[in-house]
Amino acid sequence: MKLPLSWLYEYTKITASPEEYNRALTMTGSKVEAIEYLGEEIDLVVVGKIESIERHPDSDHLWICGVNVGDKTLQIVTGAQNLKGGELVPVALDGSALPGGKKIKSGKLRGVLSDGMLCSFQELGLTQNDAPFAYADGIFVLSEGNCKPGDDIRKVLGFDEYVCEFEITSNRPDCLSVIGLARESAATFSAGFSVKTPIVSDAGGDIKDYLSVSVDSKNLCARYSARVVKNVKIAPSPKWMRDRLRACGIRPINNIVDITNYVMLEYGQPMHAFDYSCLEGSHITVRNAKDGEVFNTLDGQNRKLSSDMLVIADSKKPVAVAGVMGGENSEIKDDTQTVVFESANFDGASVRVTAKKLGMRTESSARFEKGLDPSNTMPALDRACELVALLSAGEVVGGFIDDAANFDPSPRRIRFETDRINKLLGVSLTRDEMISLLSPLGFAFDEDEVIIPSWRLDIELMADLAEEVARMYGYDKIPTTMLSGVATEGRLTKEQKFESTVSEACRSAGFYEIMSYSFIGPKQYDKVRMPENSPLRISTTILNPLSEDMSVMRTTSLPSMLEAIARNYNYRNEKVRLFETATVYLPEISDGKADPAKLPNECKVLTLACFGEMGYYDMKGALEAVFEYCSVFGLSYSEEPGNPSYHPGRCANVYSNGAYLGTFGQIHPLVLKNFGIDEPVFAAEISFDALLEAVSSERVYKPLPKFPAVTRDLALVCDKNVPAQRLTDCIKESIGKRLETISIFDVYEGSQIGAGKKSIAFSLTLRESDRTLTDQETDDAIKKVLISLKDQLKVEIRR
Amino acid sequence: MQKFGWYRGRLCLSSLFYGDKGYFYFRYKGELIMRDQLIAIRKTAEAEILSANDTASLEAARVKYLGKKGELTGILRGMGALSADERPVIGQLANEVREAIETSIAAAASKIEEKNLQSKLEAEKIDVTLPGKKPPVGKIHPLTSVLGEVEEIFLGMGYSIASGPEIETDYYNFEALNIPKNHPARDTQDTFYISDNVVLRTQTSPMQIRTMQKSKPPIRIIAPGRVYRSDAVDATHSPLFHQIEGLVVDRGITMADLKGSLEVFAKRLYGSDTVVRFRPHHFQFTEPSAEMDIRCFMCQGEGCRLCKGEGYIEILGCGMVHPNVLKICGIDPDVYSGFAFGIGLERIVMGRYEINDLRLFYENDVRFLRQF
Repeated sequence: MKLPLSWLYEYTKITASPEEYNRALTMTGSKVEAIEYLGEEIDLVVVGKIESIERHPDSDHLWICGVNVGDKTLQIVTGAQNLKGGELVPVALDGSALPGGKKIKSGKLRGVLSDGMLCSFQELGLTQNDAPFAYADGIFVLSEGNCKPGDDIRKVLGFDEYVCEFEITSNRPDCLSVIGLARESAATFSAGFSVKTPIVSDAGGDIKDYLSVSVDSKNLCARYSARVVKNVKIAPSPKWMRDRLRACGIRPINNIVDITNYVMLEYGQPMHAFDYSCLEGSHITVRNAKDGEVFNTLDGQNRKLSSDMLVIADSKKPVAVAGVMGGENSEIKDDTQTVVFESANFDGASVRVTAKKLGMRTESSARFEKGLDPSNTMPALDRACELVALLSAGEVVGGFIDDAANFDPSPRRIRFETDRINKLLGVSLTRDEMISLLSPLGFAFDEDEVIIPSWRLDIELMADLAEEVARMYGYDKIPTTMLSGVATEGRLTKEQKFESTVSEACRSAGFYEIMSYSFIGPKQYDKVRMPENSPLRISTTILNPLSEDMSVMRTTSLPSMLEAIARNYNYRNEKVRLFETATVYLPEISDGKADPAKLPNECKVLTLACFGEMGYYDMKGALEAVFEYCSVFGLSYSEEPGNPSYHPGRCANVYSNGAYLGTFGQIHPLVLKNFGIDEPVFAAEISFDALLEAVSSERVYKPLPKFPAVTRDLALVCDKNVPAQRLTDCIKESIGKRLETISIFDVYEGSQIGAGKKSIAFSLTLRESDRTLTDQETDDAIKKVLISLKDQLKVEIRR
Repeated sequence: MQKFGWYRGRLCLSSLFYGDKGYFYFRYKGELIMRDQLIAIRKTAEAEILSANDTASLEAARVKYLGKKGELTGILRGMGALSADERPVIGQLANEVREAIETSIAAAASKIEEKNLQSKLEAEKIDVTLPGKKPPVGKIHPLTSVLGEVEEIFLGMGYSIASGPEIETDYYNFEALNIPKNHPARDTQDTFYISDNVVLRTQTSPMQIRTMQKSKPPIRIIAPGRVYRSDAVDATHSPLFHQIEGLVVDRGITMADLKGSLEVFAKRLYGSDTVVRFRPHHFQFTEPSAEMDIRCFMCQGEGCRLCKGEGYIEILGCGMVHPNVLKICGIDPDVYSGFAFGIGLERIVMGRYEINDLRLFYENDVRFLRQF
């Protein structure tokens, strides 16, 4: 809401500077977004009188003017053809500034000195609507208002004005008006404030001879008030009115339309004017639209209506979408003779739904949707008619229509619980102090009750009243205290702690944390080669996504991770390792579809990926380091040739004590191609919940060994395709708990051991906790190992 | 093995026959001769030790004088020939000479050792300005790191950390928060819909409801998490961002408590000289409602580019929990009161690091991530 301060001053005398005003209003709850001086960009532009005009000797379209600018006469060259001499015009002097950052300096035009520039209204930032009497192309001849040579153009054209722009919260539609803001301002500064009751002097006659109104949809229209104006003379509205509308960001149209807008700004009550001659049957019905009814709104758009929308109709057709916009069919035109002013109260929710459905949010609908005061329709209507007389725009017909069947005008009351207000705020104000804070806002008091002003539909409870007290008292005056009462213990849950452990683990393994969007495009599933029939393709879908590629809630974290990898790859970042504890959203599936009425299961997936310096075993090692850091033990691995996102020969599942943790490996080259990456990428997807489950919670100190261990190295030869894991398992099983550690220190394939074979070198540590192992025992154990290896896996010792 | 030989008719120890210069050196009047000999040995030994400049020549000198076949040992062996009177005198002298030689050997040894170390260190000199071999380093995302700070502050004030679903019912996201269907307050939050009754949560405030339904006062929680609004991506808008919800419910909680608690938070996060201001605002689920600003740390309230001329920077929204909300959660507003707040994490992090483009948080360029 934009408020020209000169308009504010008509209702209350505020002496504060614009800056002080800004700060004070912000602190009482009407937040000032910006305060603008309309003449900010204009400097050294004055009124000049054309005293002489003659042709430029070297040009057939330039003129040399003698311009009286008050204290002197300047020679100015112009190319405009609309001057004859004697006119008052805007003159941009040497060194002046015009809107848009334009600077004017003296100079020569075809050899003749021009000591400034004569301006068009466009050059001053105006439109034809603002200057209806001016030539559209030519110098702006100042025909309105009293001005004389030398006057500052900002004063003459209404630019000498401060406009305060407020951010009005949705609970205060009453402040979307000059009067509402003036009331707030007066209360803030303890200044006087009054609204004059508009006086309508009618020209006789009876509205009943012109118009009848029936409200069919009573639940959507609490009140419908109307007056008729005859002998209308459509003309531009006076300059002062146009200046104010312009300052508020509204385009002046003509006197009748401008009056409705002016009153809306002043009273906060949207109004509409119909051309009476277009109302068939001289009757207005407030009814729901018919499904499929078609209607042309004032903006020239063809609108298809539905039965949940409220319309204003004559006996045949709709003439307005109630509270949103009027129709072309009853628009005020230059030859309009008789006008019906509508000032009504429509249901906020209904207007909001209608405006949203039609995709047109207007000044009117923005006010209605927040819920307006039905008491305001008549004062606004009368104000409009008062202005009609003031502007000599027509004659008001006697009487008015006011259908208020669905409106209870008795004021609402709530208990004035000063103790509870004090207790909620943590202050100790007396009843009188509270009364003096609330009275300027229009609250009245009746014993132990507060009478709520009609325009404050937002006040319902003690807490609402407490806010009024608090903001007028000053939030800054409320003391600051620390919580007392029962102390609570602040702590993290096991899961929260584990999440930070996992994060530490990944960081210590060299991975950077990323944050990716939770929504992806369904095409991402194709990019990671997810099978067509995979249930993971069934995702929670956003009905109104920003775009296709942000339209479903991801069921896998891999695409987001690969996007991040691809981005870094494209930026030519080297040796990149990334991780994310990403949430995936697994919907409830019914009939092969995500059930949109049920909340999906939100799970976390620890996702890692890297490219640059790493190979499969580096990735696996990093993963093992992460598991070790997290105290996840008992790891084992199995080949995973079936995951289409990964290289079939370089992908594994990882388990902790047999429980599945996740999958990792080298990303399939076709997937990489889809992401535009031309370098091996390794990734891992580990279920956060499974990981948490696998954490060995038992941390009991094991005494350090007292007896020496025996180390044996075994170089074994087996079939190339036998996974090392099987050898390891076999050795473990054969030796049993005496085996303390087992590690692989060399793998060899080559001519020395023959084709289709590989050699794996194991290092074993054996130990007994209560005695020293004898050589014999060790040898026996190794022999046993070799036998089972041979039997089970055809493994030979390397010769 | 002792060797004996004859010299001028006397049986002598062979070791005595050969001095350092290899010639015979013997006088019958034992004491005098031996005294001179000892002094001479000491003198030559010391000179030789002094001239030794490596471990090998020093060792050779030691063997020559103090070794089993060394010159001093030779002399001492000849002591048997001395009279009982002479023996202790010469014995003492011999010991003195031995000690003197040992001392100078030790001194020379440590000098040589020092010299050796010196030259070894010199030989080992490297170019210390060459780059180091860095193990890979990872860091957390700046949003996570600042969130961690915020969490720590509130944990210290006795708050626990709650979390809940990002895909939420309309009931929790709106209705229970006193925002009925078609309320204009919904307009300020452009909502992503899954169905009529399921949305991507537009705020972390549903966690207020979930917490109050689950636990009884006293309640002190913060609930950080992702929230969604259908804003197209640009430098200052993101369809996904993070909020940190806060909720305190107990008997006798006042707006003064709200101010005090959040001021402490601001001072812990931004420094003890932080100036905060509370100004009235409107939220459907709090009454009274406020926004908390901090005085711009760039211009100290004068107004500058950072604070867009306002002198203050908005940090969070807050207020006293609306009685309707308490009621919906089965908490009697006549007995209990509380306050709630919502902090925009991105805004705080952008202010902290002077980040001017929201998109950087979700692009995950390591050149960005490395900076925090």
